[in-house]
Amino acid sequence: QLDRGCALHTAARGGLSSVSSQDVPAQRPRAVFHTSESDPAKHTEQHEGRLYNIPLEEVKAVFPHGLPHRFQQQVQTFNEARVMVRRPALELLACLKGSNLAHPAVRYVIYGERGTGKTMTLCHVVHYCSRQGWLVLHIPDAHLWVKNCKELLHSSYKKDRLDQPLQASVWLKNFKSSNERFLKEIKTQKKYIWGKQESTEEGRPLGEVVEQGLARVRSASDALGVVLRELKQQSHRGSFRLLVAVDGVNALWGRTTLRKEDKSPVSPEELTLVHNLRKMVRNDWSGGAIVTTLSQTGSLFKPSSAYTPQELLGKEGFDALDPFVPIPVPNYSPKEFESCYGYYLERKWLQHEKAHTEDGKAELQFLSGSNPRQLDRLAGPL
Amino acid sequence: TLRLICTTTAVQRKNVGASGPEKYTEAFIKKQIEEFNLGKRHLANMMGEDPETFTQEDIDRAIAYLFPSGLFDQQARPVMKHPTEIFPEQRKIQWGEDGRPFHFLFYTGKQSYYSLMHETYEKLLNVQKHQDQLMDEDLPLQKEKRNLAGSRWLTKIELEEMLLEKVSDDDYSRFIQLLQKLVALPCADIEEKYIQKFSKEVPVQLQKVLIEPLQYDERGVAFSTGEGKRKTASATAVVYDNGTGKITVNGIDILHYFPVLQDREQLLFPFQFLGRIGKHDMVCTVSGGGRSAQAGAIRLASAKALRSFVTEKEVEFMRQAGLLTVDPRVKERKKPGQEGPRRKFTWKKR
Repeated sequence: QLDRGCALHTAARGGLSSVSSQDVPAQRPRAVFHTSESDPAKHTEQHEGRLYNIPLEEVKAVFPHGLPHRFQQQVQTFNEARVMVRRPALELLACLKGSNLAHPAVRYVIYGERGTGKTMTLCHVVHYCSRQGWLVLHIPDAHLWVKNCKELLHSSYKKDRLDQPLQASVWLKNFKSSNERFLKEIKTQKKYIWGKQESTEEGRPLGEVVEQGLARVRSASDALGVVLRELKQQSHRGSFRLLVAVDGVNALWGRTTLRKEDKSPVSPEELTLVHNLRKMVRNDWSGGAIVTTLSQTGSLFKPSSAYTPQELLGKEGFDALDPFVPIPVPNYSPKEFESCYGYYLERKWLQHEKAHTEDGKAELQFLSGSNPRQLDRLAGPL
Repeated sequence: TLRLICTTTAVQRKNVGASGPEKYTEAFIKKQIEEFNLGKRHLANMMGEDPETFTQEDIDRAIAYLFPSGLFDQQARPVMKHPTEIFPEQRKIQWGEDGRPFHFLFYTGKQSYYSLMHETYEKLLNVQKHQDQLMDEDLPLQKEKRNLAGSRWLTKIELEEMLLEKVSDDDYSRFIQLLQKLVALPCADIEEKYIQKFSKEVPVQLQKVLIEPLQYDERGVAFSTGEGKRKTASATAVVYDNGTGKITVNGIDILHYFPVLQDREQLLFPFQFLGRIGKHDMVCTVSGGGRSAQAGAIRLASAKALRSFVTEKEVEFMRQAGLLTVDPRVKERKKPGQEGPRRKFTWKKR
């Protein structure tokens, strides 16, 4: 029975115990769309186009903040998280499996048109990595850090930098919940002074830094920076493998909508979070991988038809990310479309009587253009 | 009986009064005709054409060229036609100098109608007499019936125009009944000529629109083209056979060109109607109008192109579904004294 594998092919190898896909003893044969293989490590080409199940506890543990909003709603409605196995994700997984961790981290950029499943691919990879026991540094949407920020503090660490305490604290909280055990194991290598009386000694577990950041919101961004630096320095030792997953990486090099008090625009370098993240994304460390996604939806000041890395990253970003492995994500192939359609039918999401016919399927395919997002939105009111 | 609101000018003329000041005397009409002919020659000279062979069509074209008008109503535009077409036929005065009417049925009020009825009844009696004669000689000639399917009787308005007087509904129906009775007799062929005066050919159903045959391009794939217009947008579509349902507009995929679902539904409609959603590819070019107008134009163009792929019956279905009709709605003109085509200015009491 083919489980519907959502495009969340997160290569989470170790970690989460693979909950076998619910093998529902079908009174009628379960559609050919589901695969019982719930462990992304074992997904191969034969699973392509099929959906696999992620048990809900895993979802809460691995993706406190990573899933797209609509997908979260769908999970809530159907009471199960089904991710489709798609070719780009499979390629990524193969690369990751074969990558040599002694070499500098390889960068992967997932790009594609709007609504084709880039974020889901990223989440699939994150799932795989967390299953495999990697330390996952998942930034759900870098665009959130460059726009709509209510509070901007001047950084105490360096002049000319601006802190964003709110976003940093939110992210630290999610990071803590997803990577608990690592935080206890990894130790700091330097002493950090937060204020007059607070400091973290050398050799203390990273969890303390995170606590510090959460407790003192003012220093949250600095805590984030510290976490990132520590992870980068220690990853090459080999005690753990680090995955940096950034969604909407083009936000790091574009423009921001934020303004300083004197109404002058802020450029991304002046934000601590962005600065630290840029350092992470540089491939001067080894022992892991960097997987990023380009996103036009949240990007600022870019035309809606732009989707290639060159257009969305701009010259600066392209040079910074160069060299990278580009991974294009296309619309659904006919097979994938069929399995998605079958899933909706099976879950009785498509209530319209015409939707069950062949004609209805052809109509849906035509109108959505095999675009996953369009199909999802079309099937909503049906 | 319903009151006729729009009657012909011929009948309206009668309403004005038998001796209205509008009566055109014969001399007047003659003068108009001379002026018309002179004017025609002048016009031909002006346009540089030969005055002898200047037809009515040439006159119309010349007038349209010299007096361009943007009015929608064709009858409001400047027109130059023969006076008999412009000045409606009228009843000449029906009585002589001594006041005695010419026609013997004048005092019935509807003289032409009653005289017509009398004539028709005479023909009927004629036919019956002929029939009796034939029956005496034992030669009943059952000639083939007239083809009633392709002909219709004159309408009431046409009859009024013919008689130059008003005909009421009852009178009209009586006349038609009489004609039918006449036609029903077996030997009505004698009066065929008389009957033909009152019957008209029904035009053959819709001038048959030519359906172009399929053309084949280099790869051997059948394709056909169609054009469509809507509001200000015009589109040309080329529909290929053996396709996957991919549609390209001006080189861009429809998902990008028409982000709105409604436009894509419009494009889908012809294919869905024929049940050929995934079977054809289409390449279209469109310009002008807005997004909805362009979608409508492409829909019309694709429907026209699909005609070549489809049986005649389905073409008829498409026509009835409204897929092949040009949408006549255009932006209405703004009128002076109003803010828009219909919206009036805000009414202020003082």
